[in-house]
Amino acid sequence: MDTTTNQTNQAPASFGGVEARSAAALNPSRISIRNLDFFYGANKALKGINLDIPDRQVTGMIGPSGCGKSTLLRVLNRMYDLYPGQRATGEAILDGQNIIGKDTDLNALRARIGMVFQKPTPFPMTIYDNIAFGVRLHERLNKAEMDERVEWSISRAALWTEVKDRLNTSAMGLSGGQQQRLCIARTIAVRPDVILLDEPTSALDPISTLKIEELIDELKSDFTIVIVTHNMQQAARCADQVAFFYIGELVEVGPAARMFTAPKERRTQEYITGRFG
Amino acid sequence: MSATMIGSIGPTKDQRISKSLGRRRKLSNRIVSVLCVLATVIGLVFLASILFTLFWLGFNGLSLTVFTTSTLPPGSNGGLLNAIVGSLIQTAIGTAIGTPIGLMVGTYLAEYAHGSAIGNAVRFVSDVLLSAPSILIGLFVYELMVAPWGAFSGIAGSVALAVIVIPIVVRTTEDMLRLIPVSLREAAVALGAPKWLVITKICYRAAKDGIMTGILLAVARIAGETAPLLFTSLGNLNWSLSLAKPMASLPVTIYQYAGSAFQDWVQLAWAGALLITVGVLALNILARLLLRGSK
Repeated sequence: MDTTTNQTNQAPASFGGVEARSAAALNPSRISIRNLDFFYGANKALKGINLDIPDRQVTGMIGPSGCGKSTLLRVLNRMYDLYPGQRATGEAILDGQNIIGKDTDLNALRARIGMVFQKPTPFPMTIYDNIAFGVRLHERLNKAEMDERVEWSISRAALWTEVKDRLNTSAMGLSGGQQQRLCIARTIAVRPDVILLDEPTSALDPISTLKIEELIDELKSDFTIVIVTHNMQQAARCADQVAFFYIGELVEVGPAARMFTAPKERRTQEYITGRFG
Repeated sequence: MSATMIGSIGPTKDQRISKSLGRRRKLSNRIVSVLCVLATVIGLVFLASILFTLFWLGFNGLSLTVFTTSTLPPGSNGGLLNAIVGSLIQTAIGTAIGTPIGLMVGTYLAEYAHGSAIGNAVRFVSDVLLSAPSILIGLFVYELMVAPWGAFSGIAGSVALAVIVIPIVVRTTEDMLRLIPVSLREAAVALGAPKWLVITKICYRAAKDGIMTGILLAVARIAGETAPLLFTSLGNLNWSLSLAKPMASLPVTIYQYAGSAFQDWVQLAWAGALLITVGVLALNILARLLLRGSK
């Protein structure tokens, strides 16, 4: 599917001082979420979510703290399975398969749906091994192929020139922004279809943030990306589709340009203009 | 009116009170400081006196024959070779047996128990074992191995030492694994790593320094243990490397020699004590360096 054919030449529009950069029409859905409920024990944290994640575009999930956007992200790679008492019902279909289904092979699923976290989480090993760790879980590569994969993924994460001379030094010695790009490289190296980003820049300085945002823009040609962010400007800069959550409900979803120019719901409008949240 | 007020400027009532309060506080501060320093000095004097005596008498007893000759009858210029080697062997085997068991139990408690009844029971028993008198552990292994076989043996001594190692390693392993942030585990899981790989490849690596420190401290502890060996490896005045026979060790030799009436034996006991102290000190310093390196 070629993304450029759907592009309209609409000028970026602004609403409440926030300007959406992407005016692209949305691609066909890659993940279809239907009637999804999520429970922390008896507490219902997500209520009847219906959402389509467009293929090879960026979906930004926004909303005030505790609205369920990170929870939804953690449903998509079944991270909640680590914690007894957390469960999801409903459907989230990726390429015809229900992610939430009981018979899902979790490790295979997580190889297809990668995740980058809020704080950089480099493993306590060399930069090279940080990348190779994930790859070795799913593929058998010889040394040359692995070298190639490591270079490819670190290059895609716009980190290659900075680390190519110290691949065999500890990843803990990198700066926060570099560590986060390494984490993105590590996720890409497994060659997933979908990348989930959980507030990936909230622990970073503005310059590192800019680099990550440019990277997201660059990566969406190959990967379907879902990003949770507290930063409205970030959603406007990065996302093609924006979904607004409020207290466990999906209030409104639409193309970024429309969400920031003509939100249909009053709550969306109030949140975007900074009335609450 | 105003002139008299200006004229009467001096310490007001409040200032006087705060001044006298300040004096009292300064005084009590000084008293407590002096008491603290005094207590520290008393503590250090005893420690320094012990160390000084140990080094003085220990170095006097130290010579090349200590390392080259086995224990001999009094008056024949014996050494401690059999005791040194016996201690090394039993400490090594005790550590080799106790460490993997302790590691696995600690891993179970940190990663799999999740507050289950069995987990809590295991943790409780391990903590009790941690503070159990070591002579009891000696008696336990005596009943377990020495009595049925009808012989004291080096392997029984090693097993007794292993029993001491286990709870120490269990505790440090569990504590260190629990210190690893959830985010690191989730990051590995998110790549599609199964739990056992997350533990062995990520968690162990992240907790490596702390776990190593625990093992070193356990080694330091058993290197100086006497009580568990008395009923198990017994001690051996002759050169023997057989694990099936009684085996010499430094602590037991010190125990036997220090109270003897022979001057050269007493001197050897001091030399042995010095060796153990220096060894344990070195292990402790190494453990501290490892911990500091991880921070």
